[in-house]
Amino acid sequence: MWRSRRYRWDLRWSPYAFVAPFFLFFAAFGLFPLLYTGWAALHQVELTDPDSMTWVGLRNFTRLWDDEFFWNALRNTVTIGLLSTVPQLAIALGLAHLLNYKLRGSAFFRVAVLTPYATSVAAATLVFVLLFGRDHGMVNWALSVVGLDAVDWQNGTFASQLAVSTIVIWRWTGYNALIYLAAMQAVPGELYESAALDGASRWQQFIHVTVPSLRPTIFFTCVVSTIGATQLFGEPLLFNGGAGATGGSDHQFQTLGLYLYEQGWVNLHLGRASAIAWAMFLILLVIAGAARLLRGREASR
Amino acid sequence: MRSLRAGRFTYVVLALFTAGSLFPLLWTAIAASRSNTRLAQTPPPFWFGGNLGRNLQVAWTDANMGTALLNTVVVAGTVAAGTVLFSTLAGFAFAKLRFRGRRLLMSLVVGTMLIPPQLSVVPLYMLIAQLSWTDRLQAVILPTLVSAFGVFFMRQYLAQALPSELVEAARTDGAGSLRVVWHVVFPAARPAMAVLAMLTFVMAWNDFFWPIVALTQNGSPTVQVALTGLGRGYIPDQSVIMAGALLGTLPLLLVFLVFGRQIVGGIMQGAVKG
Repeated sequence: MWRSRRYRWDLRWSPYAFVAPFFLFFAAFGLFPLLYTGWAALHQVELTDPDSMTWVGLRNFTRLWDDEFFWNALRNTVTIGLLSTVPQLAIALGLAHLLNYKLRGSAFFRVAVLTPYATSVAAATLVFVLLFGRDHGMVNWALSVVGLDAVDWQNGTFASQLAVSTIVIWRWTGYNALIYLAAMQAVPGELYESAALDGASRWQQFIHVTVPSLRPTIFFTCVVSTIGATQLFGEPLLFNGGAGATGGSDHQFQTLGLYLYEQGWVNLHLGRASAIAWAMFLILLVIAGAARLLRGREASR
Repeated sequence: MRSLRAGRFTYVVLALFTAGSLFPLLWTAIAASRSNTRLAQTPPPFWFGGNLGRNLQVAWTDANMGTALLNTVVVAGTVAAGTVLFSTLAGFAFAKLRFRGRRLLMSLVVGTMLIPPQLSVVPLYMLIAQLSWTDRLQAVILPTLVSAFGVFFMRQYLAQALPSELVEAARTDGAGSLRVVWHVVFPAARPAMAVLAMLTFVMAWNDFFWPIVALTQNGSPTVQVALTGLGRGYIPDQSVIMAGALLGTLPLLLVFLVFGRQIVGGIMQGAVKG
């Protein structure tokens, strides 16, 4: 009797006990901070004394609106995001296509292209700073070998953004290629067979069978990469060679994530940092909404 | 699955990709084995020199790499263990148990994946400052101890890998939920738990944004925080910085060398169902 009651009690409540840790931790370290950021954005709070908050209403936001560095960081985030995401996903798609052939040593190639994923932002960026060095870097040396002029990868606006993007591309292309590869292997072989019967070349099969079948996966990686791009932080911080969070002498590669860090932890204005965080979130929501519209239109076609 | 045989061209291009992926890592080791003066000459070195020992030693002492490595092992190990345990429990509940609010809670889990970490960083910092946790390892461990991706990953795996009859049979034998978890769920989930553990370990090891906010180089830095300190001198010694980067990357490369195939499999598996 007592046993069966305990048994029923267990059946009923143990599912909640099993999911509870996730929600408890999330409430404490995810949900509470999320809401509190909105609250802090309406206050003046300094890092030196985070307990004393002065209500300032929307002033943090109106100041952002007039802040040229904010718009500069937003612009840079968009350009670096495009420069890193578009080539990255295009290369990953091609790479996945090659990995999808019957290969000798396919396990080796898969692990090898994924290795950069195991490298930290910090380690990767420090190496690329050296490779992109103006005077003695390997990239400029290679350019000189083929008779081109050296590029100032740290100070040129476009050049530095390209260099920062290269680090992102290097670290994430293999990862995305594996995701595409997984999706490619789920494409039914008959599709290719009938395409081949119709006389489609390998290239035509890739364009007319592979890419359309992968559309949901491509959409998924676009969203994930876009979210990742809006959060870029480590690469532009360390590409500055230890000169702080300005993102270059002229803020030429300062991203929104880095600007948030500069406002909060260098200039000590936590309230303004919170306002930047909410601005980033709103931008993400706009992107997500646009993506949804895009997908809805595609689905209705 | 298609079985088109690869032509020579495919191998050449893949070899180029492999070289591009591995070269920066190889070159880290080369640069770490040279001197700062040699790195400031043209052309850059292409092969190993004799300074590796000295550079590793300077990095070890200057950047406190020993402590940092130990801290990172503790952080990444705890986070991986916690994530795997909590994700398996929650994943099992979502995949196999019936309870009220199940759908709603699961969509909440998925929804949390969309929240950017920047959005919580300021209050999180205020929270740990209040608890006087700044510079303590629990400041980076606790906020990342659970993962929505982990819950999602385990649910997908258990939904197909764990036969419901097995759970029912154990129930009929009078096993309580904890016994079911221990004797039925954990054995069935083991392959996915291993993959999730490795993915989480890699992610926690490389985590950058939050540790650099919560920890300083003088407190209990993780490897990533210690590395940023190496570059901050007035005349940075590049070869020492590369030695530090090497020290911070090598442990994960070893993990990759041993478990690379499983990690690749895990990413591909998570991708299809994601």
